[in-house]
Amino acid sequence: MDGVHDMGGMHGFGPIPYEVNQEPFHDDWERRVWGLMFATTPPEDGTLDGVRHNLENMPPHLYLSYRYYERWLYHLTTTVIASGAVTLDEVLSGKAAPNSLTRTDAAGPESVAPYSVTQYRREVDAAPRFSVGDKVRTKNLHPRGHTRLPRYARDKIGEVILHHGAHVLPDTNAHHKGECPTHLYCIKFSARELWGSEADPRDSTSLDVWECHLERA
Amino acid sequence: MAEKSKHAAHDHPDLSHLPSDAALRVRALESLLIEKGLVRPETIDEYVEKFEHEVGPHNGARVVARSWIDPEFRTRLLEDATSAIEEMGVLGAQASDVVAVENSESVHNLVVCTLCSCYPWTLLGIPPSWYKSYAYRSRVVREPRAVLQDFGVELNENVEVRVWDSTAEVRYLVVPERPTGTEKMNEQELAAIVSRDSMIGAARLEA
Repeated sequence: MDGVHDMGGMHGFGPIPYEVNQEPFHDDWERRVWGLMFATTPPEDGTLDGVRHNLENMPPHLYLSYRYYERWLYHLTTTVIASGAVTLDEVLSGKAAPNSLTRTDAAGPESVAPYSVTQYRREVDAAPRFSVGDKVRTKNLHPRGHTRLPRYARDKIGEVILHHGAHVLPDTNAHHKGECPTHLYCIKFSARELWGSEADPRDSTSLDVWECHLERA
Repeated sequence: MAEKSKHAAHDHPDLSHLPSDAALRVRALESLLIEKGLVRPETIDEYVEKFEHEVGPHNGARVVARSWIDPEFRTRLLEDATSAIEEMGVLGAQASDVVAVENSESVHNLVVCTLCSCYPWTLLGIPPSWYKSYAYRSRVVREPRAVLQDFGVELNENVEVRVWDSTAEVRYLVVPERPTGTEKMNEQELAAIVSRDSMIGAARLEA
């Protein structure tokens, strides 16, 4: 979707709030949101792509005014309401409705395994259409749904520099339409192709693009 | 004057130690989700503890240090970082499929996620807020040299800047240049000088 989250290349966001070796959390409530995000029982059909799309669907004025972990809190709240796990009244009152259903299967601390690998690569029969070194053009797509092809890299010519195999396709997976594993490539675009003749001729941006978003140039 | 401030204090008690609005909303949601059996507080604690302290940039730093002292490992890392990092046991959440890109005299790499906040958690920990800021996400693909200047990174005239936008479940790790004057250091000592920001590309290392 052409949302405010797709901000690569936009002007006007001011200086970067950079501090050397900045700590990841500024306040304890941010830690609690981090933990809640992963410890809360997800909806049965939940996917990481669906999480990203839910965040993109925030009203733009909220997206821009909320702090990072407030966006996660928004995601958590809207998700538990949408899945029917809690009601809006319960969220507003902060209390479970009398005699409401209580689950007993929330994950315990032994389930926390940071070093467990989650693969998004899948084996497919289809041969890759492109090879390293090929010139390709990204399609001029503007889907209403989720996509990971940013606006700044649409309808641009670049070069295939890596083939990652076939990966789960966010465009379908975010919408419960299946994983549709699709060949994924890293495409290098010159800064001039992306930003015009004033960009530095020495520079480039590379990003991972699925085969269905590419055509031969 | 004294009378006035006494009066003001009476009307407006000092509220500066009260939790923020966000903190109150988080507490309310957490207590509701616990009551409904959707989350266990000890699991929340464990996620915070493991990701804030057990994983982190010390993992990425070990990978970089090894690549500096072991040329065969470096070759494997640059050809297939996922396998090389798997050997070291630090693949995991948000770092299951990794590409390593090396800085050199002629190339400087810089990693971003313009669409959200993708970041290799087991290798670098939880991302700092500047990495997730709208300013970084919007500017770095368009004017990477100005961004590097803001970070205090000076580039030589002939250096090519390569930006990597993390749009898939592949994470990019910058292998910074080994600083001069570190020839006598062992792997552990070298790992200690590799900063998180240098593995994003936001800093260069000095001995």
